[in-house]
Amino acid sequence: MSFIEIDDLEVTFRAKGRLVHAVRGVSLSVERHESFGLVGESGSGKSTILRAICGMAPVTAGSIRIAGERVRHGRAFTRRVQMVFQDPFASLHPRHTIDRTLSEPLAIHGIGDRDAKVNQALEDVGLGRGFRFRFPHQLSGGQRQRVAIARALMLEPEILLLDEPTSALDASVQAEALNLLSRLREERGLTFLMVSHDLAVVDHMCDRLLVMKEGRAVEQLDRAALAGGTMQAEYTRELFAASADRLTG
Amino acid sequence: MTTPLLEVDDLHVSFHTAAGVVEAVRGVSFSLGRERLGIVGESGSGKTMTGRSVLRLIRPPGRITAKAMRFDGQDLLTLPERRMRALRGSRIAMVMQDPKYSLNPVMKVGEQLTEGLRRRERVSRAEAKRRALAALEAVQIRDPERVFHAYPHELSGGMGQRVMIAMMLIPDPALLIADEPTSALDVTVQAEVLRILDGLVRERGMGLIFISHDLRLVSRFCDRVLVMYRGRVVEELDATGLDAARHPYTRGLLNCLPRIGGDRGPLPTLQRDAAWAE
Amino acid sequence: MSATTWLRDPNPRSRLQARAGQAWLGWLRFARNPLAMTGLVIVLALLFAAAAAPLIATHDPVAQELAGRLQPPGSGGYLLGSDEFGRDIWSRLVFGARITLYIVALVTVTAPVFGLIIGTVSGYFGGWVDTVLMRVTDIFLAFPRLILALAFVAALGPGIENAVLAIALTAWPPYARVARAETLTVRNSDYIAAVRLQGAGPGRIILGHVMPMCLPSVIIRVTLDMAGIILTAAGLGFLGLGAQPPLPEWGLMISSGRKFLFDQWWVATMPGLAIFIVSLGFNLLGDGLRDVLDPRSASR
Repeated sequence: MSFIEIDDLEVTFRAKGRLVHAVRGVSLSVERHESFGLVGESGSGKSTILRAICGMAPVTAGSIRIAGERVRHGRAFTRRVQMVFQDPFASLHPRHTIDRTLSEPLAIHGIGDRDAKVNQALEDVGLGRGFRFRFPHQLSGGQRQRVAIARALMLEPEILLLDEPTSALDASVQAEALNLLSRLREERGLTFLMVSHDLAVVDHMCDRLLVMKEGRAVEQLDRAALAGGTMQAEYTRELFAASADRLTG
Repeated sequence: MTTPLLEVDDLHVSFHTAAGVVEAVRGVSFSLGRERLGIVGESGSGKTMTGRSVLRLIRPPGRITAKAMRFDGQDLLTLPERRMRALRGSRIAMVMQDPKYSLNPVMKVGEQLTEGLRRRERVSRAEAKRRALAALEAVQIRDPERVFHAYPHELSGGMGQRVMIAMMLIPDPALLIADEPTSALDVTVQAEVLRILDGLVRERGMGLIFISHDLRLVSRFCDRVLVMYRGRVVEELDATGLDAARHPYTRGLLNCLPRIGGDRGPLPTLQRDAAWAE
Repeated sequence: MSATTWLRDPNPRSRLQARAGQAWLGWLRFARNPLAMTGLVIVLALLFAAAAAPLIATHDPVAQELAGRLQPPGSGGYLLGSDEFGRDIWSRLVFGARITLYIVALVTVTAPVFGLIIGTVSGYFGGWVDTVLMRVTDIFLAFPRLILALAFVAALGPGIENAVLAIALTAWPPYARVARAETLTVRNSDYIAAVRLQGAGPGRIILGHVMPMCLPSVIIRVTLDMAGIILTAAGLGFLGLGAQPPLPEWGLMISSGRKFLFDQWWVATMPGLAIFIVSLGFNLLGDGLRDVLDPRSASR
């Protein structure tokens, strides 16, 4: 029994009387403390899977289980699963200070000792206390994403869902953010489910990955297969070629 | 030596705000023949501002100053706005990052393609359409007739960007400025759009300024590369000599990207040195 | 450390300092706009006049002196002239500022708050809640404002409180509309998704996360509407359905001065000018606030 188990998941949106099948029968399983990647291009349904786990997308068939239990979206769930969003410019409330953003989850769950916890969280993501009372617009993209990561960790979840956490960042800042995520995963024994369009990023961060296209799973790979270029599906090879091409010049 | 197509000498772009003067570009000089020049840098490096200043597309409170900025013998600094407008889009064209924001959503693609042509050259409707279809074909759109009659939202990102490129190429400009033309596209589409752009630039012998944050992509695609940091050019490189980069910033940019099959230790990060900005 | 460096500190050390710094920056932006400053000065002058009315006024606003009736401005110690009962118009205007402010204050604490709640709830929940609330809003919006106010006052009897109630009842729908539109754009943003994912309930999200985003547009709308509110109150007073004589309410003053408009122009013109200037002041202030409070311009 795996930690996260998704079985034959289907997500269907109803848009203007039309049915849009965003995810069509995808299954995957993630072990505890593993880091699993979802790769695909825009419209492949990879982000929708994360949203479905959080109850932010309509699941029309299939099941999502965490530690053997079907997920129910209540308070308990939010202490177990948290998410980091793609765009750090959109995921922080523009009128709240960093302090408010970070203490909000504690306030919701009635957790005390907030001052110390907020300061600690800022130190943990390498920002320092000086940032505590700033507003998001006073921060750079990389700093904002650190705040978003700190916020996701405030409730000490076991699972972190990462939705393209570095694609809005500059390359050098991306490296810092990826290093931070790796370090935090190691320190806290987190389980990652990471979505990205960048094979190299997923390869760097994840043990196994699932390639998706148009809502369907194309192929599941481990790192060795990716590094060796021994993929089966044509589409995976295409994706690999495009990424490898870009990187090696 | 023939005179270069574009010459920029000591370009400064500054913004006068309540918080003081912010210099986005601080003394950038380069000249460009009928070749492909890459400008690389991170956000805030001034690369986009450099590209826009060539077209004088900096809005107040931004201000452009330079010792010289000449395009094909014309002084871009003193050219009246009317002549500048004529220059934009016909002799110098610009492709921007996201086709979603640069195409008019309530106008069919065909109308947008032919609009400029009909206004500038006063050609007949049929002739304009013929040339628009030819341009769509040139960017390898398989069904130009369908795209011609489509609205922008009916096109995918890659298709939209091809339409943008087609639109820019119709007047046969001498210089194309491409600002992150593929960053909003999927990787598999990126390669194709770049290939098309590359082919067109070579075929027509245009000058190209390719602005991007991706050093490797730019080097594969250009003859020369300028690396910008905080408004200054810190290094100029031959595209083939990327490994010969000496500046620690350039080297940092090259190393900080993860690679497929690379080791999983912490990625090297950039240790920014205040002296680079001097 | 001077006060401005404390305010401009990019690394505030406390919640208070961060707030104050934000406010200071907003004030600097506001102060650069001369029209907005003009508006602010007018509104401050109104506040001052209301607060210090007994000190500024030269006469008792209700004391009649039939010997000095209908004196032109400047003569007989009447700064702005006197009305048909020999009451000093200047003093009546100064005391009338209190009534105007009273009306404005009562309307602003009721209508926008009510509209904000209806709008955010409607926008946040969507679905049938939205449909029901917005249809109710539409119904109120469909009534001509003055007519509905007239009907209310006719039913409840004339008087300032009833006039305010009538104005508030007809003034809230636009605020609900504005708040709903703002809520719809905020609702699907990542920062709302994030706080929902932290287990926040709808009440907390609406109050703490959605409303702060709607507040600027509503505040701006309020200051822009202020002129309309003053005019409606004056209109009701003019029709004899708002404040009752001998209260020095501006609309009422115009109404009674109407009879002398051709021969003693100042009786109706002076309160008219007062209404005009104060309305203009609130309008300019509203325009200035828009530049400062608009989240799109403030986030830059």
